[in-house]
Amino acid sequence: MTAILRTGTGRTGFRLSFGGGPLPLYLGGAIILGWFVLALLAPVVAPYDPIYQDVAARLQPPSLAHWFGTDNFGRDILSRVIWSARIDLQIALFGVVFPFIIGTVLGSCAGYFGGWIDTILMRIIDVVLAFPFLVLMMAIIVILKPGLSSFYVAMALVGWVSYARLVRAQILVIKSSDFVVAATSLGYSHSRIMFRHLLPNAILGSVVFSMSDAVLVLLNGAAISYLGLGVQPPTAEWGIMIAEGQSFITSAWWITTFPGIAIVTLAMGFSLLADGLGEKLGVRE
Amino acid sequence: MSVKASPLLEVTALNVHFGGTSLIPAFAGPTLRAVNGVSLTVMPGETLGLVGESGSGKSTLGRAILRIGDLTSGEILFDGTDMARATVGDLARLRRQTAMIFQDPYGALNPRMRVGEAIAEVLRVHRKVPRDKIGARVAELLNLVGLDEGYARSRPVDLSGGQCQRVGIARALAVEPKLIVADECVAALDVSIQGQIINLLMDLRERIGMAIIFIAHDLAIVRRLCDRVAVMYLGRIVEIGPTEQVFTDPSHPYTASLLRAIPDIDPDKGLPANPLTGEPPSPLALPCGCAFHPRCPKALPQCSTGEPPSLEGVGPHRAACILPPGEITI
Repeated sequence: MTAILRTGTGRTGFRLSFGGGPLPLYLGGAIILGWFVLALLAPVVAPYDPIYQDVAARLQPPSLAHWFGTDNFGRDILSRVIWSARIDLQIALFGVVFPFIIGTVLGSCAGYFGGWIDTILMRIIDVVLAFPFLVLMMAIIVILKPGLSSFYVAMALVGWVSYARLVRAQILVIKSSDFVVAATSLGYSHSRIMFRHLLPNAILGSVVFSMSDAVLVLLNGAAISYLGLGVQPPTAEWGIMIAEGQSFITSAWWITTFPGIAIVTLAMGFSLLADGLGEKLGVRE
Repeated sequence: MSVKASPLLEVTALNVHFGGTSLIPAFAGPTLRAVNGVSLTVMPGETLGLVGESGSGKSTLGRAILRIGDLTSGEILFDGTDMARATVGDLARLRRQTAMIFQDPYGALNPRMRVGEAIAEVLRVHRKVPRDKIGARVAELLNLVGLDEGYARSRPVDLSGGQCQRVGIARALAVEPKLIVADECVAALDVSIQGQIINLLMDLRERIGMAIIFIAHDLAIVRRLCDRVAVMYLGRIVEIGPTEQVFTDPSHPYTASLLRAIPDIDPDKGLPANPLTGEPPSPLALPCGCAFHPRCPKALPQCSTGEPPSLEGVGPHRAACILPPGEITI
């Protein structure tokens, strides 16, 4: 059992260790919690309205009045970075939850029942994987209508395959273990075996993966918004801010740098949380 | 042991073959004959030992009897119903009246489930006791297998191998089974713990009176625990009979070699002389005639041709060998 659960945690290839303790878990949790609190308190902590254009104060470098400077419309970067956290946390959450649920349900069905269900599902997964991820996402979003809800739909349609494959592989391993044979010999129903015996043991790897997946979703969301298919201006979102500031990158570095740092810290938070969680759950077994 | 007239389990000509089928016959691989025409009976309350080398098909047979594994053909009469062709209802009845104990005590328990919950689940699914009595019954079952009821809150990782095996037995007993298949259930435990578990099984058999099919390769344990013993070689039963008769007067050369291979604890006696050499042939390509003839020290020319010998003998002690029982001693 130990070996099975450990494979799910060793996926990143490297492991941050701080004296062996679960420090990454706490550090990652603290970073995400910090951003969450900041997003929640945005109306209170943000010094300016994030979409108010002060034309007189355009392209100002960081100063006491504008800590992170202003952009080419005279909007306060600090306020926009803080307000963006609301959108970007939402992207990370919904962009992971829907694929997670769909992938887990379909993957466990494929792994447990096998046969033609498994065959059909695996072929569908092959088809989805055959397309370049970002191109497929863009195509779906363009067909639907550029915007955040289309992004979630596209994410769910494309992202579930990783979870389905992960869960299916775990179920296949656990299915033949003695406690599942025991459950069968005791006459338990399929749904009981699936939800009480297989999934609680198979889902661990997916939970850990979902944390590192949140990083990818976040970057994807930023990329989609950067391409103009996600969050629409003038709404503050880190991806859009970077896109809008890129033409000023040589003269006004602060427009792109601060949202970039924001993405990096949140992504690092999720990454640390994934590592810490994997280590903690691995150790507990 | 008083034995009732009608057997609890009556297996007739059971075959379990793997592979060898394909939509296109030419692509069909070789057939693995794990269990080959096995017939045996188990009386209510009786303990039947199933011994043999690894790969002899003992576990496959045990699983096929409980319908956890596949079977190819044959008849499995359990309490008069043919479970080889069971309906959904028959299968549900089989599940309610049989249970299995596994070799790996940790692997047999869901690592995410507390011990008490694992036992309570059986009671709940099979509606063995009213809901408000489940906790008391779990404690009772844990006490029955020699565990304190406080262990109900532990997880399998917190327990030792012996404790886990006791929990596995308690879970099997929760079904109130008529038949338990114990598959190498002490092989993974320390010798001292093995003794405890065997004593527990003997004690429980006295108190509850279930039949046990005890699959093992440790002959000393089988001799202590079982009423009758069946020796398997390459998917066939080569000898079956009352334990003491088989152990003191083996009628098949394979049984004789197995018994002589038991090492003695007395260092002066040395290791057994001329032990059985070689490996059993592959079950993918069974030899003609008696499957044991390539390794048999007493093999005659006619052993390598024709059909394998059938189980012959007077009374309950029968062996599948063409030699008369007196001549097999090597």
